[in-house]
Amino acid sequence: MLFFSFFKTLVNHEVTVELKNDISIRGTLKSVDQYLNIKLDDITVVDELKYPHLSSVKNVFIRGSVVRYVHLPAAAVDTPLLEDATRREASQASAKAKQG
Amino acid sequence: MENLNLHDAAPRPLSSMQNQMPPGPPPVPQLPPQMFTTAAQLLDLTDKKLMVSLRDGRKLIGVLRSWDQFGNLVLQSTVERLFVQHLYADIERGLFLVRGENVLLLGEIDLDKDDYVPEPYELAPVERVFALKKAEDAERGRVEKRRQRTLAGYGFEGEHAGEAIL
Repeated sequence: MLFFSFFKTLVNHEVTVELKNDISIRGTLKSVDQYLNIKLDDITVVDELKYPHLSSVKNVFIRGSVVRYVHLPAAAVDTPLLEDATRREASQASAKAKQG
Repeated sequence: MENLNLHDAAPRPLSSMQNQMPPGPPPVPQLPPQMFTTAAQLLDLTDKKLMVSLRDGRKLIGVLRSWDQFGNLVLQSTVERLFVQHLYADIERGLFLVRGENVLLLGEIDLDKDDYVPEPYELAPVERVFALKKAEDAERGRVEKRRQRTLAGYGFEGEHAGEAIL
């Protein structure tokens, strides 16, 4: 759930999504869901001529399972906060494991 | 869905939960959670003309009429567009039900740029494009098989072994 929440904080930022079939799509992150399916607006495709089927497309819904990387704007990421959240989630998970 | 904003408050976490947790950083303003579901994302695309890219490399262009939480789709008035070298062709396919796992990407087609295919791609007869496509796919299959065999010899297993992602 952490990365789902994390991506929610990046809504309306420019990101580049690299897919497992090597297509890179840059656009404004509009939405993300629990599977990390991603919706991008106003897209531009890196190396567009190689992928002519995307040239008349303005916004895309990308299935989470086909994403290889998401390139993020460094300025929009609060790294200490993310580290903190990771530790909190890990400690919660281990506390739960001890209880159960 | 588009009318939601930061002023529609997100639900507060349960206070009993809050007491057990160590004090965390101040809460980040959150958009309403109903914006972040598969359903909300696909709802905006319903009844729009879409380009659907499938895991086997096919490109379908049709109108999205129905869907569910798995990304299963119903497409109406679908055409399949084949691209090979610098040629393309359309084949009328009709109604499609696509199982969600086969979908790579849904693209909403900008109706101002509808059916725009960039230079140097040009429309060609279906039979010709289809034959070229078949030859190209066969060749790609051979190359991929050889690559996998070589990699396997070194102990590597392909990133998506046994699964064609085009």
